[in-house]
Amino acid sequence: MTARIFAYIAHEGGVVDDSGAELLAAARKIDAAASPTAVVTGTGPELDAVCESLRGTYSEVWKVSSECLVYPNAELVRKALVTVIPAGSIVLVAHNHFGIDLGPGLSVKLGAAFVSDVMGIDGVESPTLKVVRQEFGGQVSTHVRCDISSGAVINLRPGAFTAIEGAVANGVVIDKSAEVGALAAGRRYLETIVAEVGDVDITKEAVLVSVGRGIQEQDNLAIAQDLADALGAAVSCSRPVVDAKWLPKSRQVGSSGQTVKPKIYLACGISGSFQHLAGLKGNPFIVAINKNPKAPIFQVADVGIVADVLEFLPELTIKVREAKGVHAPR
Amino acid sequence: MEILVCARRVPDTSENEIQLNSAGNDIERDDLVYSINEPDNYAVEEALQIVAKAGGNVTVATVGTDEDEEILRRELAMGANHGVLLSDDSFSGSDGKGIATVLKGFVQKGKYDLILTGVQAEDGGAQVGGMLAAMLDYPFASLVNSIEVTDGNKLKVGREIEGGNREMNEIDLPCVLSIQTGINEPRYVGMRGIRQAASLEVPTYGAVELGVDKASVGEVAAKVERADYFVPTLGKGAEILQGSNEEIAGKLVERMKAKGGLQ
Repeated sequence: MTARIFAYIAHEGGVVDDSGAELLAAARKIDAAASPTAVVTGTGPELDAVCESLRGTYSEVWKVSSECLVYPNAELVRKALVTVIPAGSIVLVAHNHFGIDLGPGLSVKLGAAFVSDVMGIDGVESPTLKVVRQEFGGQVSTHVRCDISSGAVINLRPGAFTAIEGAVANGVVIDKSAEVGALAAGRRYLETIVAEVGDVDITKEAVLVSVGRGIQEQDNLAIAQDLADALGAAVSCSRPVVDAKWLPKSRQVGSSGQTVKPKIYLACGISGSFQHLAGLKGNPFIVAINKNPKAPIFQVADVGIVADVLEFLPELTIKVREAKGVHAPR
Repeated sequence: MEILVCARRVPDTSENEIQLNSAGNDIERDDLVYSINEPDNYAVEEALQIVAKAGGNVTVATVGTDEDEEILRRELAMGANHGVLLSDDSFSGSDGKGIATVLKGFVQKGKYDLILTGVQAEDGGAQVGGMLAAMLDYPFASLVNSIEVTDGNKLKVGREIEGGNREMNEIDLPCVLSIQTGINEPRYVGMRGIRQAASLEVPTYGAVELGVDKASVGEVAAKVERADYFVPTLGKGAEILQGSNEEIAGKLVERMKAKGGLQ
């Protein structure tokens, strides 16, 4: 296998993010003998710290240092990468908000194939790379064949690749800054607005009654709130409920919302997309209630109930009240 | 402001259970309910709100076949000024880059200040908008959840990043933005509006009209293709509780008690 593999590694405050280890693991799945090259952009002592850290696991670390790369702007990073990365290479990028900005355009400029949100790599049968993706919110998966004869940009799902234990290299840092001239972009970073803290802090709750599309109407939220009241829990939700403006963003569990770590998580009418599950940490006891028996949530739940949440939740509320010796308010 | 929205017709997952066909090479498409891809609908609404303030026109384009025309009529009923079907036998089997190549051909026939796409299709890769921008050498922002028109030459856009935070950017026009769901509340489209839109003209453009080289699109040019579909197994799978709702609720209360959830 001849294609050279590059891994674009993100970092913040001088610390390499999880993509440092995950992209290395993915590169070895493409080619077990691969010595991928880490590429980092940024500036100053923070970038140097990142390079020093990465050369512990990568045999080569290419750094592009420039004042204009302090905040990762995908258009500027793309221009830097197109300058330094040789044609025909495979470039690995984490599929997060930055990778979604960077990957597609980078593939166009490199004349390379592009596959996004890859969660598994089956291997290479030259000139084809076979990977695994999900569609329809994880309801089905698909094997995808990608012709890598003119290179490829592969965006990898964060968390899908497990770091290799004991990966050690005593790599070299190569400064590529001089090859990259002045950079300008049509988009400029202004500021980051931090999420508002809501009336209820779902990140601190031991029990969450979480509602999704299956709740159907805003008025039906009362059914979930009744159950939460009976349990002494809070109501959280998945993305469609926030999109519909039925609950504030601060109640959303998921990669674009809050990360929660309850003891018990009742997923009510939630299909269980990867983005939602990414917000669920600490190995909670997951109860899935969904009328679609094929919903992906049933694969990760401990207990599943195939039922319409609008019918099941009131029954559950009654049983919880009975168990607690509390009678329904009149 | 002249705005182009690139939209797609997809199986509606809120209306369907997605299942494999017997051959395992596709999902079962018989009896599927199709609709406009949800983020694309938010993109059309956003475009309508921008032209309501800043003036201009909204054009909705889709790459597809005659069947896909229905979503164009739906968006015309919503208030879009023009709907255009980009259709040619040679477009069939296109990968993301092929679709972006067709759209580029259409963009270059007109003059658009702003091009919107949905952030991702249910069966897509969050890719066409970024590719189109790079092909046109326009600036691009993905995951956009707020747009403010500041002056005639640029926009202030918010992007949805991790943890519910919002990254604010200034972006020069013309540009391409991929729109995230929740950016607005798309207006309701009634049957009456859809009936009225049924008589509107929806032109079709093929490869020749768009100046698209047939060798650069479709199956012949595609570097990325699906080999098959399969049902994933992520975890060990849930223990499914059986019985009437009342019985199941009783069982579940016992389980939650054991896990310390009923104190």
